[in-house]
This record gives sequence, structure tokens and C-alpha cells, in this order.
Amino acid sequence: MRWFQRIQIAMRMLFQRQSEAARLNDELQFHLEQQVSENISRGLTPDEARTAALRSFGNPGVIRDQARSTWNWNWLEILLRDVRYGMRTLMRSPGFTLISVVVLMLGIGATTSLFTIVRAVLLKPLPFADSDKLVMVYEHFRDSTDGDGFNVVAAADFVDWRRQTHGFEDMAAWRGYGFDLTGIHGELPEAVLAAAGSSNLFSLLGVQPVLGRHFTPAEDQPEGNHVAMLSWNLFQRRFAGDASIVGKQIHLDSDSYTIVGVLPGWFTYPDAKIQLWVPYAQTFTPEVYAMHGSHGSHVVARLRLDVSAEAATKEVGALQYQIHLAHASEPVAEDAVYRPMIDDVVQDVKTPLIVLLCAVGCMLLIACLNVSNLLVARAASRRKEVAVRGALGGSRVALIREQMTESILICIAGGSLGLLLSVLATRWLASHWRNLPRAESIQVDGSVLAFTIGLVVLTALLAGLVPAISSTGEGVLTALQESSRSIEGSASRAWLRKTMLTAEIALTVILLVSAGLLFKSFLHLRTADLGCVTDNVLTVKYGLPEKQYDTREKVVAFHESLLERVRRIPGVRGAALISTPPGEGYENDSVFTIPERPAPATTIQNDAITRTIDPTYFSVMQIPLIRGRFFTDHERLTNDHYVIISKKFADQYFAGDNPIGRHVYVAWNVKKENYEIIGVVGDTLYDVAESVKATMYFPILSGIPDRTSGSTIVVRAAVDPLTLSIPIQQQVAALDPTMPVYSVLTMQQILGRTTASQNLSATLLLVFAGVSLLLAGVGLYGVLSYLVTQRVSEIGIRIALGAQRSEVLRIVLLDGLRPVALGLAIGVAGGATAGNLIRSILYGTSPFDPVVLFAMLGCLLLTAVVACTVPALRASRIEPMVALRSE
Amino acid sequence: MEGVDSHSMGKPSDLVQGTLDLLILKTISLEPKHGWAIAKRIQQISNEVLQVQQGSLYPALHRLEQQGWIDAQWSETETGRKAKFYALTVAGRAQLDRELESWSRLSNAINLVVEVV
Repeated sequence: MRWFQRIQIAMRMLFQRQSEAARLNDELQFHLEQQVSENISRGLTPDEARTAALRSFGNPGVIRDQARSTWNWNWLEILLRDVRYGMRTLMRSPGFTLISVVVLMLGIGATTSLFTIVRAVLLKPLPFADSDKLVMVYEHFRDSTDGDGFNVVAAADFVDWRRQTHGFEDMAAWRGYGFDLTGIHGELPEAVLAAAGSSNLFSLLGVQPVLGRHFTPAEDQPEGNHVAMLSWNLFQRRFAGDASIVGKQIHLDSDSYTIVGVLPGWFTYPDAKIQLWVPYAQTFTPEVYAMHGSHGSHVVARLRLDVSAEAATKEVGALQYQIHLAHASEPVAEDAVYRPMIDDVVQDVKTPLIVLLCAVGCMLLIACLNVSNLLVARAASRRKEVAVRGALGGSRVALIREQMTESILICIAGGSLGLLLSVLATRWLASHWRNLPRAESIQVDGSVLAFTIGLVVLTALLAGLVPAISSTGEGVLTALQESSRSIEGSASRAWLRKTMLTAEIALTVILLVSAGLLFKSFLHLRTADLGCVTDNVLTVKYGLPEKQYDTREKVVAFHESLLERVRRIPGVRGAALISTPPGEGYENDSVFTIPERPAPATTIQNDAITRTIDPTYFSVMQIPLIRGRFFTDHERLTNDHYVIISKKFADQYFAGDNPIGRHVYVAWNVKKENYEIIGVVGDTLYDVAESVKATMYFPILSGIPDRTSGSTIVVRAAVDPLTLSIPIQQQVAALDPTMPVYSVLTMQQILGRTTASQNLSATLLLVFAGVSLLLAGVGLYGVLSYLVTQRVSEIGIRIALGAQRSEVLRIVLLDGLRPVALGLAIGVAGGATAGNLIRSILYGTSPFDPVVLFAMLGCLLLTAVVACTVPALRASRIEPMVALRSE
Repeated sequence: MEGVDSHSMGKPSDLVQGTLDLLILKTISLEPKHGWAIAKRIQQISNEVLQVQQGSLYPALHRLEQQGWIDAQWSETETGRKAKFYALTVAGRAQLDRELESWSRLSNAINLVVEVV
């Protein structure tokens, strides 16, 4: 009953507050009237009675306020009043309000965006059952200095690991693969990215097919029945989501495959581009499946509850050492290593993401310090008002609360705008960040919202509490006496502002240095010399299905007639073939021995990248011949045991000797073949972000199926190269209508693709650093202008007493540049540390790059000097009479 | 000074504050009264010892109302003017009993101490 009553009262107090207030007035009025009439009955005149009643009644305003303070919702009333008051003060200085809101919007928006991405990509568990129990196991060459020590696994190693060790609950393997997909009724051909997974892969990950079933162990054999599972994407796109496709046939590389299942749409491992899956072992010939030296697979393992990852990997490593000893002549690793599956998925983006998150964090901090600085300045100009209000009974808590309301209002406005901004920015970032893993799981949700709210509260506290506390804590008299006539009046507050300014400068330097380093890396990549012509070059990939093109003659016939046809297209200045063009990745390599040179001292075997080319490749791509000669049409079919090596190869393995006429034994899968070196050519980069690697070029006209069936036609054009893509595709279709082409890209596009993510993170960081620099400049300017305003009369007196204006200018400039110098010193130390931390994503730049360091420091100093000069000039132009009279 | 004003000026305390609630509840337990009448009544009954200041009376009345212990009605006084009359609610009556009991416990205890020592 009583609760009901109380709710009733609460509702009335909430919705009829106005009339309740009127009633309270009425009630007090009645009391007063009673007093008056009592006084009259005591014999006073009406006037006297009224005065006496008022006197004994006390201050009606105070009584009314005290009564009201007992009402329900009083806190709400106070809040609304504070908000109204805060709004009014903010509206009175729209410039300040706008700047603060925009600054915080940028800071909070950028931080929220980055947090959203970091959470989705780095923090959310992978969408697999008990995903924290999943690790990736790799081979590890103990003496290797190349790469990160995580080497892909050979099929035979995986089979042995799985069969002979028991530390893991289970192990599964997959590798990337590519197919030409055609229908059985002559539908349009399509080159699809596929993956080959062992039969237990999907159950190990805990993935159930939406339709049909997984692969069976019997299918997961080199000679097993041809079956395939479709990704949800391909199922919807090419088969219109028709469930009856399960059990039917499709053609992959001219072989017919039965579709046994369809994977769910959320399953995008290893990435969203994989269109279909086939059984792992089927993608190998039986002899390669039994090889320990042919690496290319990724191994996923599920931990047992009672065995740690270290212990289980140790067991695998011990087995691997036995395998290594048993196959000493092949490139077989001695050890095994593991890393959590989530780290494996995000390894390429982890550092850039964390760097960017730290950068926006710094920017937000700078924004907070700046708003805080601005608030301190405002508080200073309102000191007398605050002091008077304190003297009239305003409690310190109430005054702090009022000032806090202002900063909270600014932060709420900045925060909500920032959240909107971050929704847009996150979407933009997720779609423009090439190869960002797990990009599909990025979304703004409850926890992001909670993060933003937390951020807003934190910024409000940071930006508002310091100025609020520092401006309300002093005695009335001090504040009122200490007018601007006093000289070192607000030394303590100036100290506070200078400290904040130093912190701002230091953070800005750190950001600038990091951004400069990343940007220089990016420029380095962008201007990297691939070693070949890159303008007006188009590349088009195709692959000859081995089932159709099963002899050397057929393969050579296709390659040669395609070249001939393409060369006749108008606008083509030259066309050539290479298995993988420069800049397009590592792709194939082989180990080799040189009979004329001593064997390497370590267990690491010599290896080099392998490419197959046609005789015109080097001249079309303008790669210089250094020694010997190019291939001719005579190195064809079985007369193919000739090799051209790159300069790096010659330098590395022949150190000054003439390599022409020497031999290399190259291990193609199991058999070793002897090749004679006939030429040395200039180096090309397989990846602009990597250093030069020794390369061997073999004649594509050998026509050996498998080794030469995949190729890229590179075309130098006299016109815009992209206009040639359709004519080239038409020539391919004229030769074989079931053959798709893919990766139709200009060399410039290939370069842009590899540098895109460096470009993005460098540009973003540069933008953040630029905003921070601007903020620091504004902050510096604000502090100094404030100090000058404070000292107008002091400076006036000095000038009146004969101080030189240049002296005044010098004093004020030094005053402003002192915190800058301190901030610079701290920032340089911090920048060096930050540069060291991001060393792994720098290319061709050292963390202590003097050019970057001086350029960035110069930038900051210039901004600082400009920001200081304006107030300093103003100070030096003070007219003593005007200054003294203004008091 | 808030609460009940005797002849001395003292600091407000929970004791005095709680006592004012008890006095108000008790005063209106027989019939509804307006604020003026409540103050006058307390003054009369206590032989002018207890003077309730308006600054304490009205906040207390409003607080008791918000808590649902007393209920306010606007009715006419003998002179025909509208005034706010306060009456005990059911919950208020229970509260009065509780306050009476705790008051008598407290005053007995104080008496014991004062008489023995």
C-alpha cells in the first residue's frame, strides 16, 4: 500500500512539479497570513503586523528551497538546472564550445573506430568450438635466419605427426589451391581460389556443413574419389542456393568432382576468398604426398585438456628430428613450433592495429589536455565570479559540479558525434583495409557502446576535474585581491598549464616520429625498384588443366599460339610469359646443389625462387642481361636442361667466379636434375617489402605439365594496358573456351596492392599526428596568450620604465618555448622507444632515422615558434598607457 | 539551527531532527491540521518551551509527505481560506507507533543515566 502511495507521490512530483511549487508558495503565504492576523489581534497596526510577521518568518526563499530539497526528483531538478546553466555558459562562447566538441569528436570517434576493429580482429575469439584450445603447428629450421621461423609443413610430416604423436587431441592440415571451375554443360569458366583440407579439419574446428557432409577418411587419399564442398558464397552465387546441387557433379580443372556438402556462410577460414574445398591428400600425387621435403601446408591442432601446448609440440619436435635424420639429403626441418591459432590469423595486422590504437589513444589524450587547458583559461577569467559565489554561500562541491557539468556536456556532445563518426569510419576502414582478417566480424555493438560511454566519462573527468578543482580551491580574499595588477599572481595555475603543455608536446613528438617513420617506409616501398619495367604493363594469369594438357607438346603449343595471337593485337608492343611476375609473391622455390662448389656448412640447404619463362621475357620486361645469353627457341621440349640465374644468385653462390657453363642440381620433388647455367640477369623483387632473393629461371618451352602449366602473360602496351584485357581474354577463349583467366592486373596495381596496407596505416598515422600537431599548436598559443593577458599591466610598467620591446618579445618567447623544449626532450626519448617497438613494420628505415627525426622535430619547432610569436608580438606592442588605464 | 527550538541555540542533530517528526506525527494523529496549526499546537502543549521554526517545519512536512507517512488535502479553514491540511496515513500511524516506542526507550534510558549518576 505504502509503495503504491509513494509511487503516486513520485509521479505527481515529477509531472505536476509546477503546480506543487505554486501550492508550496500558497502554503507559506497562508502561514504568513496567519502570523499577520495573530499580530493584529495582539494590537499591532496592519503594517507593523506585516513587518513583524516577515521578520519572524525568516527568508521565504530559503524556506521554500529547503522544503523543495526534500521533494522527490530533487536530484533531477539540480541536474537539469546544472545542465541549463552549463548550456547557457557554453552558448556564450560558441567558438570555444565548437572547437572543444570537434576536437573531442575526432578523438573519441577515432578511438572508438580503432577499438571496434581491434576488438573484432584481435580480441574476439575465433568462431570455432573452444577456439582457445586451437594452435597452429609449424616446422622449424634451427639454423634458418629467413622469415619468422614458422615454416609450412610437408604433407608426409603431417601424416607422421598425426599417426605417431599423441600430445594433441587431433591434428588437421590444409593448403591453398586453385581450380578452373566449369559446369558439365559448358557454362562460363571461372578460376576459383580453393583450399584442400584433411577429412578431420571441419570436425576439429567444430564446423558442421549446412547441407550434406564432410569428407571421409577414404576420400582423403591421393587416389580417393573426387569430391568437393562448396563455400556458402559460391553456393549462393553460382548455384543460386539450390540445395539439390549436393550429389551432383562439377568440373574442376576438367576433372569431374561430386559435391558432398555446403559450408556455412560464417565460415571464412583461412579467408573469405576461398570458394570451395577438396580433400587434402587428393591435391598431391602419391609420391609428393610421401615427401618430407616439399613444404606447403598449415597444420591446425586441438589441445588435449591434460597436455600443454609446449609438451605436445615437444613430442612433435622430437619426432620431426627423427624424420630430419632419416632424410638428411632433403630440406627437412629439425624441430616443430606452435602458436595460438588466433595469433596465426592476425599476425600481419596485429602490430599495425596496436600502433594505430596507441596513436589514437595519444591523440585523444592530447585532445583532453587541450580541452582541459582551454577550460583552465576560462576558469581563470571567471575567478572573481567563482570567488564571490563561494563567499555568498555556494559550496565548493556545487561549484565544482557546475564546472564539471560544462566539461561533461562538451564530452557528451563530442562523444555522441564521435560515435556517429566512428560508425562511418569503421565501415570505411573495414572495407578499405586490404586483407584485414576477420573484417566480416567488425560491427558496432553493445560493448563498443559501453567503451564509448566509458571513454566519454574518462575524458570528462580528465578534461574537467583538474580545472574545476584548481579554480575553486582558493580563498575569496586572495582571488579578489589578486587582480591582474599582481605580477606573479597565477604562478601555480600557469605551472599546471605548462605541465599539461609539456605532456602534449611530448605525446605529439612521439606521434610525429612514429608517423614519419611509417611514412618513410611507405615511400621506400612505393619507390622501390622492382628491377623491371612497370609502366603500361598488363598481367593476365591462366592455368592449363593437366588432364587436358597432359603432354609437353600440347602445353608448348598452347603457350606459343597464345603468345603469337596476343602479339598481333593492335597496341601490344611486346608479350612474354612467366610463371609469376615480379612483385606478385614468393610462390615456388627449390633446393639445389652446385657440383662445382663446396656443400654448405650448415644443415640449411641452398634454395632459390624458381620461375619458368619464355625466351622473350627479359627483353620485354627490360631486365638486363649481365652475362651469357637469354633462352632461344631451341631450349624446348626435352632439350630443356638450361637455367638462367639472377645476379643475387651469382653473387651468393659463385662469389666473383664466372658462373656461365657451371651446373646446378635442382631437386624437383623427388628427382634431381642437372642444369647448365647459360646466363645471368638483373635482380627483380618478388615482393616490394622483402629483400632480393636468389632466383633461377627455367624455359617454359620445356612444356613439362604441372611445372609449366600455370603461367602469366605479361604485355607491354603502347596504349592504356587495361584496354587490352578483353582482347587478350578473347584470344585465350579462342584457343580454349573452357579456360578462364584471372588476376588481370597492371604492374602498377600489383605494386599498389602490396603497399596498400602500409599506405593506409602510414596515412592514418600521419593524419593523427597532424591533428595532434595542430592541437599542440593551438594549446601553446592559448596558454601563451593567456599568460600575456595576465601580465599586460606588468609588461606595461616595464615598458614605461624603459624596457626594450625586443627584450619583452624575448622574455615571452622564452617563456613559451621552455615547456616546448622540455616536451621535445621527453618526446624524442619516447619516439625512439616507439620507433623501436614498431621496428617490425618498418622497411628500409631505422627507428633512429635522422632525416625523419629532424624533419619531424623541425615541423614541431616551427609550429611552436609560430604559436608563440603571435602572443609575444602582441606583448611587445603593448602601449603602457593603455595597459595601465585598462585596470 | 534547525528542528525544534528550545531556549537554547544548538547544533542540528539526528536526535532533534527525529523528534520533530515524532512531534508532527503525534500532533496530527487526532485530526488533520495545517502547518500553522501544527506549530501553534506544539508550542501550546509544551507550554511555549518548544518553538517550531518555519524553516524546519515545512521541510519536515514535505519530507514526511514524500515518504508517504502523511497525506495533504486542501480544505477550507474556519475563516473560509483554503489551506493545506496534513493527515496521518495508515503507514504514518505505524511509523508514529515506532517513533513513540523508540522515543520512550530513549527517554527512559536518558532518565536512568541522569537519575543514577
